[in-house]
Amino acid sequence: MIVYLLCFVLFLTGLYGVITRRNLVKIVISLSIMEFSIFLFLALIGYVDGGTVPIVDPADKGVVTYVDPLPQAMVLTAIVIGLATTAMLMAVIIRIYRKYKTMDIREIKNLRG
Amino acid sequence: MNPFIPLYVAIPLAGAFLTMILGKFLPRLNKYLGMIVLVSLAVMSLISMVTVSGSTYIYKVGGWEPVNGIPVGIYMVLDNLSALLLCIINIVGLLAVIYSFTYISQYTSENYFYSLFCLMIAGMNGVVLSGDLFNIFVFLEISAISSYALVAFGVEREQLEATFKYQVLGGLASMLILLGTGFIYWKTKTLNIADARAVLSAGHEKSFYLLTQLLLLSGFGLKAAIIPFHAWLPDAHSSAPSPISAMLSGVLIKAVGIYVILRLFFNMFMLSEEMAVLITVLGTLSMAVGVFLAIGQWDIKRLLAYHSISQMGYVVMSAGIGMLLIARGTRPEVATLALGGALFHLVNHAAFKSLLFLNAGAIEYRTGTRNLQEMGGLARFMPATSSTSFAASMAISGLPPFNGFFSKLIIIIAAVMARFYLLAAIAVIVSIITLASFMKFQRYAFYNTKRENDKTTLKEVPFPMVFSMVTLALICLILSLAAIPHLRDIIFAPAIRILTDAQLYTAPILGF
Repeated sequence: MIVYLLCFVLFLTGLYGVITRRNLVKIVISLSIMEFSIFLFLALIGYVDGGTVPIVDPADKGVVTYVDPLPQAMVLTAIVIGLATTAMLMAVIIRIYRKYKTMDIREIKNLRG
Repeated sequence: MNPFIPLYVAIPLAGAFLTMILGKFLPRLNKYLGMIVLVSLAVMSLISMVTVSGSTYIYKVGGWEPVNGIPVGIYMVLDNLSALLLCIINIVGLLAVIYSFTYISQYTSENYFYSLFCLMIAGMNGVVLSGDLFNIFVFLEISAISSYALVAFGVEREQLEATFKYQVLGGLASMLILLGTGFIYWKTKTLNIADARAVLSAGHEKSFYLLTQLLLLSGFGLKAAIIPFHAWLPDAHSSAPSPISAMLSGVLIKAVGIYVILRLFFNMFMLSEEMAVLITVLGTLSMAVGVFLAIGQWDIKRLLAYHSISQMGYVVMSAGIGMLLIARGTRPEVATLALGGALFHLVNHAAFKSLLFLNAGAIEYRTGTRNLQEMGGLARFMPATSSTSFAASMAISGLPPFNGFFSKLIIIIAAVMARFYLLAAIAVIVSIITLASFMKFQRYAFYNTKRENDKTTLKEVPFPMVFSMVTLALICLILSLAAIPHLRDIIFAPAIRILTDAQLYTAPILGF
């Protein structure tokens, strides 16, 4: 149970960062922290107490418990997608810095209303 | 097994990569490649619309057959609801590509545009066809990432700011969706929508169930820009190049937002009264607040973007009424009517809102401004733009004989028959305010004559843009024929049956 709580604390840390930080790069880092707390959660729900690597070995005769491999596959896919999103955000931040000469979110407010 | 289903994703993906590679060597080819891709997809989706007629086609990716009756592979499911959405996506996409032929030539690196466009289409087709929660997430991210890039296509200050906001909120939405998917997998040990329903209907914990529903509703609500989650929409939709605004407003928020909400809440979760009330309230709020935010706008595309929120409110409210009636188990014929109104308005909104954004793009293309106060008297110089935008304005404000009138009428009749008189009254009032707002748009852009003399150099936009706009205006007129009961039965009735009776969706997949 405590690991799930820690996961949630990590999620909240990220959320706090997204809401309070003023620097664009820090917002992106906080988003990544949130993202990784969810990846951790997904990896945790596939965990089976005392389970081993989910590779079926024909030599094993007895009953072996494996951890659930499907959430791991999901996490791998989600990490790749997260990488693409982060790269895209960073590219946008570089462009924003060239146009506005600042990374402070309070000074980037052309769009209103 | 239908081997043609993956082609809806494979063709645009291949188109995206070929455009990228061939565009380097043959820079003139890329737009025709994009058009060929979209033409073939549009023809395929029209054919599927005719042939699917109530049955369900399934494609198992990789040929993984079910083990002991439990589906293990990734399923792609084509039924009438998916076919309807496929038609919207690919036909509006085709017209937007034709429009882009001349519009995008004002930007640099055209081949990236067509490549990203095809990628976005691939993502949306994938979302609509997939029968698996995690697969929906993956395709949704494909379409989302390409739309982030397309919103920033002009790389000016405002576009970059809009795309940053859009990406942060979009990233938050995908996290909520991923978390909801994780919860579903945790408790049901399956990701297949039909199988998850079978497990959930066997019994579930109440609190977990509510939390998952709320997570998925807020995730997809963020994508659909329902009112408490709408902050990104006006910025992103008004900053993007016009054909992309037409795609985002006309198609993307429906395919990855409304469609998935309908699919999950009708076909995966058991309908519960409290969620139905919540969805109805959110829809009504979007409808009313969206239109009030739109009144004060002077930027055409911002005005249209706020109206998108308001019109999506009609769809969500009507779907919520249908959901509520089904959950209560009373008066199924009114529920059918409400859902029919929701789907009809969804299709109509795709036609008239993309047309309005293309009109706004045409005005910007010739006058170089989006501010209504700096325009005026354009009707004399741009007759095609003026008349098509008049048709679209009448359609969105709900005046006969255009399609918007009939779908709003059905929604209001359904609300009255369900005895939600307050909702019906709000829908009528919002419609009147919409009319006022579009009268302002028409008057300031096309008929105000105060600057008649100094705009003599203006002329009509090039042929590809006119072609797209006129075709969409004709579609707006033709769609009003779908109000005839007989035609409605062919187009909408099978899709509504899938929503009202989840057995119809799950039975072919689970192989009963």
